Amino acid sequence: MTVYLPIAELSVNIFIILGMGAAVGFLSGMFGVGGGFLITPLLIFYNIPPVVAVATGANQVVASSISGAITHFRRGTLDMKLGTVLLVGGLLGATVGVWIFSWLRRVGQLDLFISLLYVVLLGAIGTLMLMESLRAMRRAKQNQPLPLKRPGQHNWVHRLPLKMRFKKSRIYLSAIPIVVLGFVIGVLTSIMGVGGGFIMVPAMIYLLRIPTNVVVGTSLFQIIFVTAYTTMVQAATNYAVDIVLATILMIAGVIGAQYGVRVGQKLRGEQLRALLALLVLAVGIRLAIALVVKPQDVYSIAVGGLSY
Amino acid sequence: MARLLSPILLALILALGSPAAAQVPFGEASTVKEGLEIGTSTSEIAITSDFRGADLTVFGAVTNADELFLAIGQYDIVVTLEGPKDYATVRRKERVLGIWMNTESMTFEQVPESYSIASTRQIDSIDSAPALNNIGIGISHMTLSPIGYVGNAASLNEFREAYRRLKLSGGLYQNDTSGVRFLSSNLFRASLRLPANIPDGVHMVRAYLFKGGELLLEREQPLRVVKTGLEQAITDAAHNRPIVYGMFCVLIAVVTGWGASLLFRRD
Repeated sequence: MTVYLPIAELSVNIFIILGMGAAVGFLSGMFGVGGGFLITPLLIFYNIPPVVAVATGANQVVASSISGAITHFRRGTLDMKLGTVLLVGGLLGATVGVWIFSWLRRVGQLDLFISLLYVVLLGAIGTLMLMESLRAMRRAKQNQPLPLKRPGQHNWVHRLPLKMRFKKSRIYLSAIPIVVLGFVIGVLTSIMGVGGGFIMVPAMIYLLRIPTNVVVGTSLFQIIFVTAYTTMVQAATNYAVDIVLATILMIAGVIGAQYGVRVGQKLRGEQLRALLALLVLAVGIRLAIALVVKPQDVYSIAVGGLSY
Repeated sequence: MARLLSPILLALILALGSPAAAQVPFGEASTVKEGLEIGTSTSEIAITSDFRGADLTVFGAVTNADELFLAIGQYDIVVTLEGPKDYATVRRKERVLGIWMNTESMTFEQVPESYSIASTRQIDSIDSAPALNNIGIGISHMTLSPIGYVGNAASLNEFREAYRRLKLSGGLYQNDTSGVRFLSSNLFRASLRLPANIPDGVHMVRAYLFKGGELLLEREQPLRVVKTGLEQAITDAAHNRPIVYGMFCVLIAVVTGWGASLLFRRD
């Protein structure tokens, strides 16, 4: 059964889109990630124009992050003040990001830039995660205890001015690195169509030394508002959000996620992380191959006089 | 379809039956001006969610035709369907540091987004290329004028050729050299194929009458291609009320996410 996507302007098989949404939803539930970094490349592999894939991916992340954020809010593991400071940076970043996005589209380098960013980020994160999980697996085998890292240790980040007190997180930290982190994530959201949790969570834990229990809830809080804002700005400037595509993906995604969570609870942490790392690397490699293989046709047509 | 066509055919036959057309004596025809009439099977094409392209039939009649020229097949008909015009940018990829990226680009001025042509013969054998270039009939004679600075003529030709090739392979440009058939000595029918990805807007049906290789007459008629139903509503909303549309997209996401967390709550 085919369905016409009015913004992407092409007909697609509804079952492939449903399957994609369910599979990514399942993985995101299993690994506790938003899934934007998987859905956008998959849509591009399925010939959805990258412009539409990125804008629609951001919209899909809103739906997949919201139920997690509600849970954390109920449990009280969400630092509103910290989230708001992150959000200020995130909204600024998303605005700049959409501006860069439109400019790249005008000069005809958007598709390349999206692919390059994905290759670099997925490659780096996949490698780091794989190394970390292999080390953990080896350690578990030898029954070695985890090396203790003192979370109270200070680094250069903690010497910056403009300090603020975050009561819920029980930290006293400069607003500058938080806004900068939010800004970077906001730029990535608007250019890549991701929530950015896979970068934000490690950065908050290792760089800002924010207590682990509030990190996930707080990052989800930031992600919801930044992706929602990005969806609206993308809709207003690039007319690139496909509501039909997004709705199909979201419905399949939230259902898939429920089953993913159940499977994820039965698997061991380090094995799970190794699996996710392999998946991330595979997507990155697939995108890298597309960049270096000679395209079928070196010419392409875009409607409109956009190069001026 | 047949129901739509019959009144057109009838009208055309009646028009032909008019005394002036029938009673031109042989040999004196050169003093009488030929006429060209056309009618289309429909004046509006609707793009629905299951649209897979459509066929457009154009009927026409040559009036006051010169019997002698008719007999030796010196009349030729070319029918075109031209889509709405817009700028088009062609880009070329080159390998830079091992990666294929767009390097050069060229923007053509106001070219039709879609173009179908049907003719009685190969259109290059109807008239000479320079004459066709002047009037711009046919895909290979279409005016493709670049805007801005053009480096050299060779690359201009490459870009033009690539444009035509991509449009033809994508189905938006179509060439049917036998698409026009004479039903009787002066009544003809042209079939044009509209691809599934045809752009919406006002298209132009044009019919050209050639006599002995020279363009004699030209007729045109608009054809509206409209998206219908939900597709149209969504496209309109996305382009005319983008902020509201964006808010609605976010709302759907919130409802879906929230709904799922209520539905699957396990505590």
